[in-house]
Amino acid sequence: MSVSSSTTGRPARRLSLAQRLAARDLDAVTLLVVPAALFVVAMFVYPFLYGLVLSFHPKEGDALANYTTFFSDPYMYGTIWLTLRLALPVTVINLLISVPIAMRVRHMRRQRILTTILVLPITLGTVLIAEGLLNYLGPQGWLNRTLITFGLIDHPIRLVHNYLGVLLSLVITGFPFTFLLTLSMISGIDPALEQAAATLGARAPQRFRRIVLPLILPGLAVTFCLAFVDAFSVFPSAVMLGSPAGETRVISIAAAQAAFEKYDYSYASAIAMIMTVIQFGFVGIVLALRGLFYKGPALGGKG
Amino acid sequence: MTILSRDFRELRLDGISRRFGAQNALEDVSLTVPRGEFVALLGPSGCGKSTALNCIAGLLQLTDGAIWLDDRRIDPLQSEDRGFGMVFQNYALFPHLTVRRNVGFGLEMQRIGRGEVERRVDEALGVVRLTDQSDKLPGQLSGGQQQRVAIARAIAVEPPVVLMDEPLSNLDAKLRLEMRTEIRRIHRLLGSATIYVTHDQEEALSLADRIVVLRDGRVRQIGTPSELYRRPIDIDVAEFMGFRNALSGTVVRREGDTVEVDCAVGGTIRARVVDPKTGPAVTVAIRPGDLTPGPDGPIVGEVNGLEYRGESWFGTATAGDGQELFFRSHMSIAIGETVRLDAPEDRVLAYDRAAGAAPTSGGGR
Repeated sequence: MSVSSSTTGRPARRLSLAQRLAARDLDAVTLLVVPAALFVVAMFVYPFLYGLVLSFHPKEGDALANYTTFFSDPYMYGTIWLTLRLALPVTVINLLISVPIAMRVRHMRRQRILTTILVLPITLGTVLIAEGLLNYLGPQGWLNRTLITFGLIDHPIRLVHNYLGVLLSLVITGFPFTFLLTLSMISGIDPALEQAAATLGARAPQRFRRIVLPLILPGLAVTFCLAFVDAFSVFPSAVMLGSPAGETRVISIAAAQAAFEKYDYSYASAIAMIMTVIQFGFVGIVLALRGLFYKGPALGGKG
Repeated sequence: MTILSRDFRELRLDGISRRFGAQNALEDVSLTVPRGEFVALLGPSGCGKSTALNCIAGLLQLTDGAIWLDDRRIDPLQSEDRGFGMVFQNYALFPHLTVRRNVGFGLEMQRIGRGEVERRVDEALGVVRLTDQSDKLPGQLSGGQQQRVAIARAIAVEPPVVLMDEPLSNLDAKLRLEMRTEIRRIHRLLGSATIYVTHDQEEALSLADRIVVLRDGRVRQIGTPSELYRRPIDIDVAEFMGFRNALSGTVVRREGDTVEVDCAVGGTIRARVVDPKTGPAVTVAIRPGDLTPGPDGPIVGEVNGLEYRGESWFGTATAGDGQELFFRSHMSIAIGETVRLDAPEDRVLAYDRAAGAAPTSGGGR
């Protein structure tokens, strides 16, 4: 670095190792990262690589046998479609309801209370919500009984143990997450931008479409990825609220069956790898699209 | 230049008020701004000047009163239907749009043909001298350039009224002076009415045809810059216009509007009354620049600070009763020395002490 050579006439002294490392932002504090890094390697990277290698050592057949088995069995590769059929609508629905609610909530004075209520489902966990929904939406649940009491329906409508049940539970558990991310993005937009657009003649829908939406799109893309990955790996609610052998036989159920019913860890690993590839694929596409948008700060000038 | 403001005679504020809960941010403000006039709303922070501007822009609803553009009542209209140009304090440029699209935004909203939009954007950019930056994003521009884009965007729609909310407060001193000249030039070019909010009296004095001094949400004084500078209507306005010395005293003799005041700090000084009804208990206001050491100066103080400002020194001194005095001197004075201070009679103003807020010691503006 130039510090040593510039001021005095003495020949440039070599900086100590510590100084040179510090110049690259490496100092004692950096060491604090080590435990977390080790943890990630031990708990994530190693199992992942182990699974990857394991998937190429099937019980029988050549290295790719697991993958060829999966893609030659409609009952197996069908799970990809079944999972996407849940994960994509859930993610889109959550984004579509989060944005307008966040637009409303951001100017509210009692935002904290509302946010707390909306976020509650995230703290309860998937299983509790699934149980609650079973009670509420089941054939003898409150909803059906109320509707029957008021004579609105004759027979209970089937809302659980099918696609709809899982979809609902995923929307409920996924919403707080999507909403909080969306709210923080929308709150990050300088209100003066919309005011400026208003003085220039833009009505509320135009202000949203021309100013707010372009500024939150990159963030929405990231939110989409996170919410999608979350919904794609659905397991408990697909088992509890869906029909795990039928229309909600998602890919994680297939993997679990391979591992814990057939004790074929190699095949289960292969399914997990397929899941990973699909998730990465979608995330990659969305992030690539995100690259097309403006990604700078959502501020109107020097603040 | 063909950008001209839409034709109109005047903008009229008729007793406009705005309350926030129990607090009156703006109370019964009336003002008529004819086409072509540059009006500055001046006041300390929290005086309601930005509230007033936001009410005119339609970003805040009135709680009372009306706003008229000639014979058309516009206060029930939303901001997007008023068609006023507004320049925000932080510019509020759309960060994701190029300079060109920023400036053209208002025109696009009016569903004007592409060619016409382009032509008028070019004109507006020409007015603010930014033609060569038109394809950049706001984030790539300097503060002064962003400021110009904000102005271009506001004037591109050819508004009858241009509203500016402390547009220069984020710029450095040199740029601020440059932009002042620019704003004045653009105003003259457009012939629109400009309402300009500022807390900087110097800015208001140099830019405006007329200044409205606001305090606690009320109009205290409306006048030309020289009226405000020479004869502030009360002690608060005087203090805001730079009369930092406020000395309480008693009138002992009076001839017409000239009075002789016995000051509480000791000494008798001659002053002019602004209001002929001024009673015997008065506050005397003097600008630091007018209070200078003289052999027979009636006001005595001990110098406790002195700073050099080029052509003269500005100092502070403590009078016998602890009152702080602000003065100017042509030569350096040692700290701790005693000075006798005097001011020319026509530069000393006396205000009724009963009216308005009781003067605190001369501190603050």
